[in-house]
Amino acid sequence: MNSLISLEKVNYQIADQHILHDVDWQIPAGAHITLTGPSGGGKSTLLRIIAAMISKTSGTLIFDGQPIESYDPIMYRRQVSYCFQQPTLFGETVADNLAFPYQIRKQVMDTQRVVTALNNVGLSERTLHQPIIELSGGERQRVALIRNILFLPKVLLLDEVTAGLDENNKQIVHAWLRQLNEQDHVTTILITHDATEIAAADQLAKVVAGRLEVHA
Amino acid sequence: MNLAVNNTSLFLAAMLVLVALGISLWQKLGLDRDIVIGVVRAVVQLFIVGYLLKYIFRVNNLWLTLAMIGFIIFNAAWNAKKRGPGIDHALAISLLAIFVSTGVTLGVLVLSGAIKFVPSQMIPISGMIASNSMVAIGLAYRSLNSQFHDQRQGVLERLALGAGLLDASIAIVREAIRTGMSPTIDSAKTVGLVSLPGMMSGLIFAGVDPVRAIRYQIMVTFMLLSATSLGSIIACYLAYRNFYNEQKQLK
Ligand SMILES: Nc1ncnc2c1ncn2[C@@H]1O[C@H](COP(=O)(O)OP(=O)(O)OP(=O)(O)O)[C@@H](O)[C@H]1O
Ligand SMILES: [Mg+2]
Repeated sequence: MNSLISLEKVNYQIADQHILHDVDWQIPAGAHITLTGPSGGGKSTLLRIIAAMISKTSGTLIFDGQPIESYDPIMYRRQVSYCFQQPTLFGETVADNLAFPYQIRKQVMDTQRVVTALNNVGLSERTLHQPIIELSGGERQRVALIRNILFLPKVLLLDEVTAGLDENNKQIVHAWLRQLNEQDHVTTILITHDATEIAAADQLAKVVAGRLEVHA
Repeated sequence: MNLAVNNTSLFLAAMLVLVALGISLWQKLGLDRDIVIGVVRAVVQLFIVGYLLKYIFRVNNLWLTLAMIGFIIFNAAWNAKKRGPGIDHALAISLLAIFVSTGVTLGVLVLSGAIKFVPSQMIPISGMIASNSMVAIGLAYRSLNSQFHDQRQGVLERLALGAGLLDASIAIVREAIRTGMSPTIDSAKTVGLVSLPGMMSGLIFAGVDPVRAIRYQIMVTFMLLSATSLGSIIACYLAYRNFYNEQKQLK
């Protein structure tokens, strides 16, 4: 089987705290995986390792045929994009945040694309020039999500990105994420505690006390 | 000239120390030990420096002057380093930043003819430049440390979006440079209105016409702007990488 991401015996320890135990995981290209499990189990830690935000303490992690260590972390993170649980926005306005992915690639912001993305998650063009302190929690969450997909990554790692949203906006964001997965072939791993989302999962995986359980 | 601090008057002025000591004892501040140590150190250090400078000015030797400037720069770097706990290589970074800021500023002053390459001018001016650069760098380090702590989540998010280390840190670096420079800019705005700064006061004290004395103060204002901006920018650009590890993750 050809996996886009493959983990073998991945462990994560801080001092004497063993947070992840021997995680083996094969993630095929184009998959849409729902990751769940009790609070404190190690879900966020696992995705942060896959996103190269922290480094595993042992084991192997292969991305696209090469060990993670062989990539430049900066370029790697543009391919494997992690969206934080409870993200914060930076700068002054929404535009500061959405221009950032362009800035780091030395490009000018594609306003048309940004506005389309805002519309896709149920926000209007007006939001673009709003100061970030005026946004509601759910609006911030969606702006943060857009930052990750203005340049489509190969893999999208979403850490409870719909936690702060009402049912209606959850639906909107979900439909859009589905579309990214099905039409643009973005491999997606989505952490959630939401019963409806878990019930609707294609593939379900659980992290319980630092161990991964994959359900077919 | 009308300069008359002799040993007797100094001894009598030492009664001012008793005021501080008395307050410390009376209010149980527990500062009496520090006051005594501070006063003794100040007296001993200044006497040594006085005799040392007298010697250096008399022999007027190029190498000895440069060595003294080097000593000043090293001490300044050592002190700046102490204000950046947790920053690796802070001594080397501070040394380079203070060396360059002092060197460039002194070079411009000498080449423009504002000061002469004689120890009695080079050494005090180097001290002023290096100490201001030191304070600026110390403030910049403190600002880097506190911002990388307070804005940790924002930095992490920039990294997760695929930002390079400079892109992830640039807002913090700019703010730290600003913090390093701002006391100099603030004091440039109020100079002469709030305080009569040391250089100018000293010259006026020594009997120099105030209209001539201010020219020196103007020169000092220029040189401190150059020294603090160069010192802060070099130190910040070299220090920010320290907050990341080899895997380009925030430590
Ligand atoms: N940097 C760290 N230092 C110490 N402990 C940590 C660190 N990061 C994570 N942990 C611990 O590791 C465990 C797993 O944390 P993690 O955030 O991965 O859990 P989670 O499954 O995402 O939980 P939740 O559903 O509440 O978000 C927790 O016990 C947490 O306290
Ligand atoms: Mg979590």
